Amino acid sequence: MAHEKNHDYHILPPSLWPFLGALGGFIMLFGAVLWMSPNVSNNQPFVFLIGLALVLYVMYGWWAETVVENRVGDHTPVVLIGLRYGFILFIMSEVMFFAAWFWSFFKHALYPMDTFSEGQWPPPSIEVFDPWHLPLINTLILLCSGCAATWAHHALVHENNRKDMANGLILAVVLGVIFTFFQAYEYTHAAFGFGGNIYGANFFMATGFHGFHVIVGTIFLFICYLRLRQGHFSPTNHMGFEAAAWYWHFVDVVWLFLFGAIYIWGS
Amino acid sequence: MADAAIHGHEHEDERGFFTRWFMSTNHKDIGILYLITAAIAGFISVAFTVYMRMELMDPGVQYMCLEGARLFPTYDTAQCTPNGHLWNVLITGHGILMMFFVVIPALFGGFGNYFMPLQIGAPDMAFPRMNNLSYWMYVAGTTMAVMSVWSPGGNGQLGSGVGWVLYPPLSTNEQGWSMDLAIFAVHLSGASSILGAINMITTFLNMRAPGMTLHKVPLFAWSIFVTSWLILLSLPVLAGAITMLLTDRNFGTTFFDPAGGGDPVLYQHILWFFGHPEVYIVILPGFGIVSHVIATFSRKPIFGYLPMVYALVAIGVLGFVVWAHHMYTVGMSLTQQSYFMLATMVIAVPTGVKIFSWIATMWGGSIDFKTPMLFATGFVFMFTVGGVTGIVLSQAGIDRAYHDTYYVVAHFHYVMAIAAAFAIFAGCYFYFPKMTGRMYNETLGKVHFWMFFVATNVTFFPQHFLGRQGMPRRYIDYPEAFAYWNWWSSIGAFVSFASFLLFFGLIIYALRKGEESKVANPWTPYADTLEWTLPSPPPEHTFEILPKQEEWDKAPGH
Repeated sequence: MAHEKNHDYHILPPSLWPFLGALGGFIMLFGAVLWMSPNVSNNQPFVFLIGLALVLYVMYGWWAETVVENRVGDHTPVVLIGLRYGFILFIMSEVMFFAAWFWSFFKHALYPMDTFSEGQWPPPSIEVFDPWHLPLINTLILLCSGCAATWAHHALVHENNRKDMANGLILAVVLGVIFTFFQAYEYTHAAFGFGGNIYGANFFMATGFHGFHVIVGTIFLFICYLRLRQGHFSPTNHMGFEAAAWYWHFVDVVWLFLFGAIYIWGS
Repeated sequence: MADAAIHGHEHEDERGFFTRWFMSTNHKDIGILYLITAAIAGFISVAFTVYMRMELMDPGVQYMCLEGARLFPTYDTAQCTPNGHLWNVLITGHGILMMFFVVIPALFGGFGNYFMPLQIGAPDMAFPRMNNLSYWMYVAGTTMAVMSVWSPGGNGQLGSGVGWVLYPPLSTNEQGWSMDLAIFAVHLSGASSILGAINMITTFLNMRAPGMTLHKVPLFAWSIFVTSWLILLSLPVLAGAITMLLTDRNFGTTFFDPAGGGDPVLYQHILWFFGHPEVYIVILPGFGIVSHVIATFSRKPIFGYLPMVYALVAIGVLGFVVWAHHMYTVGMSLTQQSYFMLATMVIAVPTGVKIFSWIATMWGGSIDFKTPMLFATGFVFMFTVGGVTGIVLSQAGIDRAYHDTYYVVAHFHYVMAIAAAFAIFAGCYFYFPKMTGRMYNETLGKVHFWMFFVATNVTFFPQHFLGRQGMPRRYIDYPEAFAYWNWWSSIGAFVSFASFLLFFGLIIYALRKGEESKVANPWTPYADTLEWTLPSPPPEHTFEILPKQEEWDKAPGH
């Protein structure tokens, strides 16, 4: 390292990514407003898509740079501890995001309104899913996927067995994709809509937000698989994979709560 | 690649303007950016209030006319139909800007970024790039919030007039896309604050100077740490609530619409689960700054350091369990009201610990009333007055009468808004020589304090009387009976606006022509935290050699 720096913290050069990222976020959300407003843009999503493209580009560029920094050794042990703190805190904030959906669900399930819900949960006019069919299968799929991610982690840390790690990651990703497809299949067969009824609003908001996290987590794990094939990760330095695994387990646990509360108890 | 930043020596800044201010990964530069942007947003927001106080100065509507908003009054009612929508837009804009885009960015983003790493001897933040993302997302959010005021909204006019709390059904029925812009503005600001909080917590936990155990961390750094936890755990819940608003508005969901089985009171619960921690997010960093200022100018170490730390933590924890005291009148059961009453009153204990510790620090001290000290003392006074009326309002029975009156307006402006402003000003004067290497004009600073102190009290103290007489908040007009104190309140607002202009003037003058103040510590030896060991202004990179324990540990025996 350079001669002036006498500590192990990571001092970064100036970077354009944050500015571009915020610009992309601004364009994307402004575009979303235009998209939602029939009078302004005839519900055209163009501005939104431009912003989204910029945001995705920044995500790719920024994180690719972070990976390079890891490879050249900027991530000293103390920096890695910081990254772990940072990621755990991010997951905690996500947990609180889900708290809002669960709050809405439990409020309406425990204290249904007289109008529409007629004081009952689920509301009498709503035909709900049988939790012991597709939802149960999906639960098992997601749990197996979590096991596969743990297998990959074990293979790397305790045996440095890269072939098993690759197998575990692929299995986790494939199961994640199957989960998403089953969830989409279930959505298309729902007897209730997102709008107009509180059951559907709670159901689709909570499971939809979770589904979005499943997609993000699947991509995250897949990136780890690609990085593994590039020769990244060692038993002592695999922060990116560790974060992906933590995220995946978080998604897993949220699903268990969704399954237990919304699908089983709430039906 | 990472080595590129580690070049040059002290005071040898080779960065271009764009690189330094648009691509920054430097916590001190980002802190300055935060302060400047917050000042601009604050000016817009204060300008709104001046216009509102002009309108409220006399009964009747003289300025905000449907025929066009005026700068000069008309007393001819034929020429002026009251434009209540404009009024509502202004109170909404004032609230949203102040809550999300002025005070938090100034105290948490500005001073927090600049001084928290310095106080704990860290060379920078844990995630310097993400730090800049927080800043630019805040700018994006501010831009969107200001745009919301000027985009098509309800009543066929511009802007949304729903109040900063965005309660449904008002917010779900407001036409136009101004409301959607406001919602996304809060999303952006929330994401920015969450990333900032993650950064601050990680920095605090992972980058303290060798030997600096948690019980030795300076109080301002502690206050930022506690604030970060409140942000991290409360803002995502708000993001959920306003996302539900957004889908209710645009996708026909019925979270808050009883016609589809939803419940508008649910929104109030979720909002205030965020909203109450939010008011502590606003004020806690102020606690930190004021503690240092009072110790410095009393020439004594802070009284009761550990109780001060644990009072901060206790306030943070209690802040999460009192939210429904904002909604005593929505029809909660008596049991619930009793609980929230009790829990709310408990908060008086840790805040009392803080106030008495500040007073005990001053007690027997050799007090020098320099401008920062004046503002810190003003803070203690304003916060105490607001705190006492807070105890009054915590009583569910009394709140029946006071709910949504000017008594509440007076209460929260004293305890949170004006107190936070005093803390910001105390911080600005206290840290001005450190950040710029120049000294402000002491006389002008004192004039600023006395103008501001007297004016804010003239503005808000009479509002207690108005509230007790039953004047409701959020109205453009009022009967003759309330005229007298409203007139005084407006006079106070104009004078405090003048003092605000004086502040900008004296800061700009001091930046350009102020006396040079290059000493590391221009105050007293009791300004003993690490930032006062650095040159003024500090070089681009600080603590390239981590500080040794004897440089900051004044009580090694403990």
